[in-house]
Amino acid sequence: MAEMVTVRLKVNGVAHEGRCEPRKLLVDFLREDLELTGTHIGCEHGICGACTILFNGEAARSCIMLAVQADGSEILTVEGLMQNGTLHPLQEAFREHHGLQCGFCTPGMLMTALDFLKTNPSPTEAEVREGISAVLCRCTGYQGIVNAVRAAARTLGGAAKVESGT
Amino acid sequence: MSAPAAPKLVGARVPRLEDPRLLTGQGRYVDDHRPARTLHAAFLRTPHAHARILRIDAEAARALPGVAAVLTGEDMARDCKPVRAGSRMPAYKVTSFPALAQGKVRYTGEAVAMVAAESRYLAEDALDCIVVEYEPLPAVAAMEAALAPGAPVLHEEAGDNLLLAREFACGDVDGALAGAHLVVRERFRFHRHTAVCMENRGALAEYASATGTLTLRSSAQCPGIVRDVLADLLDIPEHLIRVVAADVGGGFGAKASLYPEEIAVCVMARRLGRPVKWIGDRREDLLATSHAWDEIVEAELGVAADGTIVGLRAEVMADVGAYSIYPWTAAIEPVQTISFLPGPYRIEHYRGRTRGIATCKAPMGPYRGVGRPPAVFVMEGLLDRAARRLGMDPTALRLRNFIRAEDFPYKSPSGIVWDRSSFTETMLRAREALGWEAARAEAARSRAAGRWVGVGVASYVELTGIGSAIAVSPGMPVPTGTEAATIRVDPAGTVTAVFGIASHGQGLETTLAQVVADELGVPIETVRVLHGDTALSPYGTGTYASRSTVLAGGAGILAGRDVREKTLRIAAHLLEAHPADLVVQDGRVAVRGLPDRYVTVRDVAKAAYGGVRHLPRGMEPGLEATRFYDPYYGTASNATHMAVVEVDRETFHVRILRYLVAEDCGRIINPLVVDGQVHGGVAQGVGAALLEEIVYDGEGQLLTGTLMDYLVPTASEVPAMEVHHVETPSPTTLGGFRGMGEGGTIGAPAVIANAVSDALAELGIEVNELPLSPERLFRRIVGGS
Repeated sequence: MAEMVTVRLKVNGVAHEGRCEPRKLLVDFLREDLELTGTHIGCEHGICGACTILFNGEAARSCIMLAVQADGSEILTVEGLMQNGTLHPLQEAFREHHGLQCGFCTPGMLMTALDFLKTNPSPTEAEVREGISAVLCRCTGYQGIVNAVRAAARTLGGAAKVESGT
Repeated sequence: MSAPAAPKLVGARVPRLEDPRLLTGQGRYVDDHRPARTLHAAFLRTPHAHARILRIDAEAARALPGVAAVLTGEDMARDCKPVRAGSRMPAYKVTSFPALAQGKVRYTGEAVAMVAAESRYLAEDALDCIVVEYEPLPAVAAMEAALAPGAPVLHEEAGDNLLLAREFACGDVDGALAGAHLVVRERFRFHRHTAVCMENRGALAEYASATGTLTLRSSAQCPGIVRDVLADLLDIPEHLIRVVAADVGGGFGAKASLYPEEIAVCVMARRLGRPVKWIGDRREDLLATSHAWDEIVEAELGVAADGTIVGLRAEVMADVGAYSIYPWTAAIEPVQTISFLPGPYRIEHYRGRTRGIATCKAPMGPYRGVGRPPAVFVMEGLLDRAARRLGMDPTALRLRNFIRAEDFPYKSPSGIVWDRSSFTETMLRAREALGWEAARAEAARSRAAGRWVGVGVASYVELTGIGSAIAVSPGMPVPTGTEAATIRVDPAGTVTAVFGIASHGQGLETTLAQVVADELGVPIETVRVLHGDTALSPYGTGTYASRSTVLAGGAGILAGRDVREKTLRIAAHLLEAHPADLVVQDGRVAVRGLPDRYVTVRDVAKAAYGGVRHLPRGMEPGLEATRFYDPYYGTASNATHMAVVEVDRETFHVRILRYLVAEDCGRIINPLVVDGQVHGGVAQGVGAALLEEIVYDGEGQLLTGTLMDYLVPTASEVPAMEVHHVETPSPTTLGGFRGMGEGGTIGAPAVIANAVSDALAELGIEVNELPLSPERLFRRIVGGS
């Protein structure tokens, strides 16, 4: 067995320290060592986006990062979205607009949408589709997700942009 | 007996009860269960399409630190029987499907050895240390070649590679086609597809030697079926096996079959006395989860001068892969194609022949639509060809031939009985909603201006909620015609409703709660639906074939009625009233017209468990019921899809400009969920029409082993969709529900193909092959090989 390394990082505002093999994927570290199983593994080659987290504030795929690369970082996972027992407006919008079915892509989709809305607070439908195309969903046909992200954008304060046709 | 109060929840857009846990990362999928001392399994998968196994040397792997055991096919054979998917179908050959390859491998990716280690990382390290010596055999790569004399034979016990053949015949099709005004013919090719559930398959087995009990947590759609077959394969009594499918990350039919890995983790866990978990990765999913479709259909349709169909004839060849899967068998796809080919049309003279051919590919299995996406692609393609040659509007041709209101119940040429459906109504609704004439005129103007724009239509009917009259797959021995519900009101008045189905994204925890809450007259917040656990539920098989709303909903209605009746009788006793004078609503049982004279369901429940002195004379205590439901024939579900597409003249990329569905799933329980199912189904159909294709080379090597090669549509490729509902309550099912989990995927490939054919009509191109990759379209339009 390879030599173990120490990884210190902050996840959802809480400091953690763990020891793991240098080859351990960040997503496995989150799920196995920190027992944060909300982040899912869908492809392990960076395509499906189910494992997306916010890494130092930006969306990143935790299945193609090593845990050691996250040493010293701040991470937000789906478990960190709810505040004081209240769903985040994005989570609320997903529920209201049926933006999830089996729920497996949902954590990655939420984190991707969160990052997307930070950079584009009042997106058009086409921009939302482009923005969430980094995550594959097999259940919803994306329509509920697109509606949810646009609704969340309005709730979060972005003014709806006039669409120039789709 | 008092009637239930007017439905309050059925029909309402109730937000899903599943969502809070799934939105907060608190879903519990197989991989989220981590029992103490769990061993992690990995499978060594063969790189050969077809080879004899000469020797496996696993000593070095066994010696690695952290490795608990390595099993090969020989070890596995000592602990369990091979799977043999039987069928009563006459021209079907039963073959064995071992959990680990025995003697030889038949497709690239077949598991030849299994490692259990302290982590998945160590298990995969150990795979690298296993040496397998093979004698390569010639691959059976293409289904046409597989039937050639002298072709290498995959299953020696079958004698050749033709695993099944079947024919449906009705009337005199040869005579009808000979006398037809016009016969259109085509050779259609629908390539190989796979489900790509976002959650890869996984299984976790725990064996308790003291009690002899085995618990399998699996990403399964059919825990009941898995439980029963494991009992047989592992020689463990049924009641000592518990199969749990908790949160499951999509299934689409691909998780409805028994898989080798499910058996293998059970064997390993029983051997070692430790929990054993296997979580497939995406490579394993693309290599070894069941595939779909892959059919060649040669078909002919004869019509009279006015467009009336006079006959239909088809020959289907299906590449069923290397193994016949349990319980559906290799027949499920090819036979369903000829069963449903006549569609929603009056066809007197029909002959459909089908053959299922074994090749060196992952096994064929059920996938959303099963047989009907190719069948509808073929039938709707033929209708458009006929309309084009007759100079008829394609919708008019269909309207002329639909089974009419006065024809129901209508027995199809393959023996399926269609109950009252809305073929004409959905077509008219779709025409109106799209503005069919205007859209066609607009497309024609675009084409005149040099763009390749086209409008397509496709209609279909599917059989859903199948009862005991018909096996879900032909001749299969597993009973698929019933489901059950147990509804239990506890002394506090809260309700637990347990079902044998296994929801995996469809929202059944919500829709079944809506049904139960309405039947009992209680708020939905007081109803908890449990499912997907053979230890909790009455006997059931699971969720597949668009059956759960019809069968579990029906069982829920029956059990709900029993509980309501007892509730009313107890309430009548407490209120000193007559049961017929009571209404139960919002958790209160009140005397009709005297809303202040009431008891709560909680009062009733308390009395029910309080002993006989609180109950009417002779009544047994308790407040629960278990009921089974068999809808016998099942019920039809139908839709018309329309699409406007444009083929880019430079990139040959197909863009969907508009997409519309007019569907009829009977009485709608939750419009939110129905729309979601349609959207998701259409998206998978869009993938099937334009992007997704499993490709093997001539040596049987999989070329689409990553999601960079197997293209699942993203939000950018899936269009916004309009969904319209025609609501014709089913006359044959309790509640009037019709199943609707698959329809989107059935209609979409056909309508996109037809719209592209319309766009390219002036070039004389009619689509006969899916998916329509830009490369395939380029070759059709520009030529070149």
